[in-house]
Amino acid sequence: MAHDSILSLKYFYIFNSNYGQKEGEEAQKILYFYPPQTDLDTQIKNVGLTEAIIKFTDTFNSYQKCESLHTLKTRQLYFQPEEGFWMVQVLTVPTVTKVKEGVDHLEYQSDEIQDNIYWSVLEQVYRSFSLFNGTFSKILEESDLTKLRYKLASYLSKYLAKIRLQHADILDVFHGIQFLPLDKKTFLHVQTLVNLLECSFPRVQHTAFLYNDQLVWSGLEPDDMQVLYRYLVSSLLPAQMECELQGGPMPRQSTSFSALHYGRFASGPTNLQNTDIGKIPKVHLRGGAGSAVCHLVIYRALSATICMLIDEAVSLEIEFFQRLDVFLGQRLTKLASEIAEQCSHSSSTVPVESGAKFVYYNQLNRAQKSTVHLDNRRNGNISVPPDVLKILADLNADFMDRKPSTGETIVKTMNDYWVVGKLSNLREFYVVIHQKNANLIEINEEVKKLCDSQFKSIFFNE
Amino acid sequence: MDEGPDGYYLELSSSVVKFDSVSKVTNVFFDDTNKQVFAVRSGGVMGVVVKGPSPATSTDFCMEDKGPVVSIKFSPDQKVLAIQRSKSSVEFINFLSGEMDAVEYSQSCKGKNHVILGFLWTNNREILFVTDHGAELFQVIPEKKSLKAQKTFSLAINWFVYCPQTCLVLLSAGTLGNQMYPLHVKQGNINKLSRFDVDIPVVPKPPKLCLLERDITLAVLYGEASIIILRHNPRGTGSPGAEVMVYTLVKMMTAKKTHVLRLDLSGRFAINVVDNLIIVHHQASKKSLMFDIAMRGETDGMVTYHQPVVGLQPIKPFTLSLPPVPSPVHTEPTHINCELYSPNWVVFQPNIIIDAKLGCLWTIELNLQPLLTMIHDKCLLVDFLMKRTDSKPVVIQVLQEILEPTAQNCSHLVVVAELFDHLNEVYCSFLQSEMQSHIGTPASSLSVSPSKLPPLSPKPWIVIDQSDMYTNVFSKFVERSRECEEGNSGKFVVWVLLEYIRSLTDFHIPVQHYLYELLINSLVQHQAYYQLHQLLQYHVVSDSKPLACLLLSLESLYPAAHQLALDMLKRLSTANEEIIEVLLSKQQILPALRFVNSVGSVDQVSARKFLDAAKATDDPNVFIGVFKFFEQRNLRLKGTTAFAKGEHCDIYVKHYTTLSSEKSE
Repeated sequence: MAHDSILSLKYFYIFNSNYGQKEGEEAQKILYFYPPQTDLDTQIKNVGLTEAIIKFTDTFNSYQKCESLHTLKTRQLYFQPEEGFWMVQVLTVPTVTKVKEGVDHLEYQSDEIQDNIYWSVLEQVYRSFSLFNGTFSKILEESDLTKLRYKLASYLSKYLAKIRLQHADILDVFHGIQFLPLDKKTFLHVQTLVNLLECSFPRVQHTAFLYNDQLVWSGLEPDDMQVLYRYLVSSLLPAQMECELQGGPMPRQSTSFSALHYGRFASGPTNLQNTDIGKIPKVHLRGGAGSAVCHLVIYRALSATICMLIDEAVSLEIEFFQRLDVFLGQRLTKLASEIAEQCSHSSSTVPVESGAKFVYYNQLNRAQKSTVHLDNRRNGNISVPPDVLKILADLNADFMDRKPSTGETIVKTMNDYWVVGKLSNLREFYVVIHQKNANLIEINEEVKKLCDSQFKSIFFNE
Repeated sequence: MDEGPDGYYLELSSSVVKFDSVSKVTNVFFDDTNKQVFAVRSGGVMGVVVKGPSPATSTDFCMEDKGPVVSIKFSPDQKVLAIQRSKSSVEFINFLSGEMDAVEYSQSCKGKNHVILGFLWTNNREILFVTDHGAELFQVIPEKKSLKAQKTFSLAINWFVYCPQTCLVLLSAGTLGNQMYPLHVKQGNINKLSRFDVDIPVVPKPPKLCLLERDITLAVLYGEASIIILRHNPRGTGSPGAEVMVYTLVKMMTAKKTHVLRLDLSGRFAINVVDNLIIVHHQASKKSLMFDIAMRGETDGMVTYHQPVVGLQPIKPFTLSLPPVPSPVHTEPTHINCELYSPNWVVFQPNIIIDAKLGCLWTIELNLQPLLTMIHDKCLLVDFLMKRTDSKPVVIQVLQEILEPTAQNCSHLVVVAELFDHLNEVYCSFLQSEMQSHIGTPASSLSVSPSKLPPLSPKPWIVIDQSDMYTNVFSKFVERSRECEEGNSGKFVVWVLLEYIRSLTDFHIPVQHYLYELLINSLVQHQAYYQLHQLLQYHVVSDSKPLACLLLSLESLYPAAHQLALDMLKRLSTANEEIIEVLLSKQQILPALRFVNSVGSVDQVSARKFLDAAKATDDPNVFIGVFKFFEQRNLRLKGTTAFAKGEHCDIYVKHYTTLSSEKSE
């Protein structure tokens, strides 16, 4: 029996047609190529083909650039993040072997790859790169092509190694943020702590506050927060928790018992007695007035995380971290316990969920919520079959294509799954119901009930 | 303002009561019940001049000289004058018609060989003789020119002190004088309270009187009768210096030692009480200390130990203007700088200072302004000021200064947060007592303004409520930060407002809408839209129609405001009309109809409004759909698809006909 191949990344490359326009110098166009061991000839051929397709399609519609190319064995996605720069992702189409008339027959599952999902994945690669490195043109402005190539290679080789393409789904399209539901009082405590911090440490320009992997407060613009949030939730925080579980430098006990707190830097010095301030990443923000480069200092206590963005121009010394630690340690520990108490209180009052699962996304504040996904790890731990989950992305693609102000689509699958997609006032709501012998009216009723319970406080057209 | 940074917070009253100074022929007496000074010349023959705080309590008269006067006092209504000239009796003269009666009448104390230590008018017609063997209460019947014995209390007494405000008499007994017997004289009765002993640090051998009358001050502090006792500790190394002990008579029952004031000085002291503050004058340094027993201090659970609120500071110098003396030879100086803390000073309660030699009576007064620079801890300062009478403008001034968005203030948000908690703690307890006093009255008449303060509130403290903060502080500095648009000042305004709202929320005080409006305007002004969005998301700001309208108007600046506005209108649940308007204005005709359907007001909405909006979309399908929908409604309500005349839908009917004929072509 033949092995079925799964969806995988075949090539990933970045080029700029403006470079190496003379014959024989084509290799100069290429800024990055994955897999790196690919021979130069293949690299040049691939880039050349992509260039040709983009040029060719441009003659038909110069307002909308070509976004993807479907072939039997591959799917190619094109993204032009900056003028002249193209990022290309080439995926292999998964296959299954079917026996037809006694003969093994390889079948390409082109439907498995949804353009909107993988195009968003591609866009995320760019946004993540530019958060930590700046835009391509900015790097070129400040140094040269060699530096850009170097940065791309060092960042993307690590990034692409971790990318989980087969588990990409509707949430990658949204790229949303999970907010922690809190009551007014606790939220104000978070807010005023952030204010106090920014007031007492004027070097801190922006602050974000997370509890576990949910956002409570962001002083960053939503565009930047979205990317930073993804980095924190998928990369930094899991690593931190791992380290905390293994009994890292936790908790520090001061001489007096009352001064006990659990605060520590997740990015910054690990030991405040040393002069070594550790490795602190820099992030390039897009929002607000122009672009800015900031140090990203992260402090954690219990489950609460505070991200502080400090102007790059400021040099950070150990005294600064010591003062921050004194200021935040007990305050954050106390606040984290307060939030924990609130969360346990509110989770016990949540009514028993019906069988319906949903995904919600608000385009305006990037808020997302899912009961389809059982955790935030994005490793395929889901409560509905994968093919049903795919329908969600298809419905989303349909909405984005038609751009109605409100809309509703209902789909029934062969195996008695009902998928309802609703769009109202820039909010998207997808419901999955598994019910045998149901009719449209019953499903509609079920969705209405769910809307009533979930959207008590917002305007959601039904 | 004439007080500079080193102003004087204590000053003598500008109105001085002048009287003849003490001399060979003139004796001066002071009655602290009526606050009257009696200058008795030559035993009364040359006249008695009475000066009180008002013209009604000032008079003069002559009386026969029947021996040296020991004590002289009018009844509180000024109708009867009591004069003590001997050890065992008191004489009375009626002033019933305002004029002096020619006949005196007399009353001796009951016990033979008893010595009258003093007498007290406890009432208009009630007088208490305190003898060395106890106290005797008499009813005075001026019409009959006689007195009637009412109650007696027997005890060997060293001395006594009286507080006219509470009618409390404190008797000293025992060899050391430290056995205290408080008596409460009330409506013809002597109420004996439980005795207490004042501890004496070092008992002399042989035992002698240690606790003296001059060391005791009776006062009312924060509504409770208090006994203030000065204790001179023996000199020597390691001696803490003198201390003041405060015993509080809780609800006029038992006296308990509750506070100790640490003077860290020794020498001669005198005590005044001004506005519930204990002022300790120190003669050697010619300065005074101020204590407030309501302030926090070290405590052992029973007794709180206090440091002075303000360290040694002198009283403001006082210049006495004398009327020019008409003299042909030389002109007298018309201004005298009075010597402060002079040995001739006699201090009376609660706040009277008499210079017997100069012939002056002042009250000592508190000036809050200079304290603003003397008390550096702003929380302490505000706590202190909030407990003073008429201090509201000063408190507001302090708040204005600390909340001014200057670079220096911007780094003190921690203090601001604490300060708000202090303000709101008082505000909260005020609201609670207000609620309790309103139990039983309809909720609609409840008000959160402190203007309806019950007149007999036990704590007539200053309450700074939300409207005070808004009108006097927040709205002003928001205007100012608008002028100087730089640095962190804009952020600071938002921080302070949020901190205030946080504090109110912590104390469960409902936040008034104008604070929210100010907050939102400040956020909008600094283009902190995403911050505003998150605040709305967590319902920090209460919903209201005006706020929703404000959000709608922000849509061009921040697109998400539209969604926020619609959500808010939905939550209000009384704004369905507005939701329809908003949807129609966005040409969302079908969503609007669906919404109308979901709220069940299909039969009420105006067909014309929808048809007009549908026509404006230039989408024939939408128009036809809406038109059909209303035709169906007509059919259901009136049995015909035709529109009623009053609905003015003729032009839409015509439009429909054109459209459908175009379609069929």
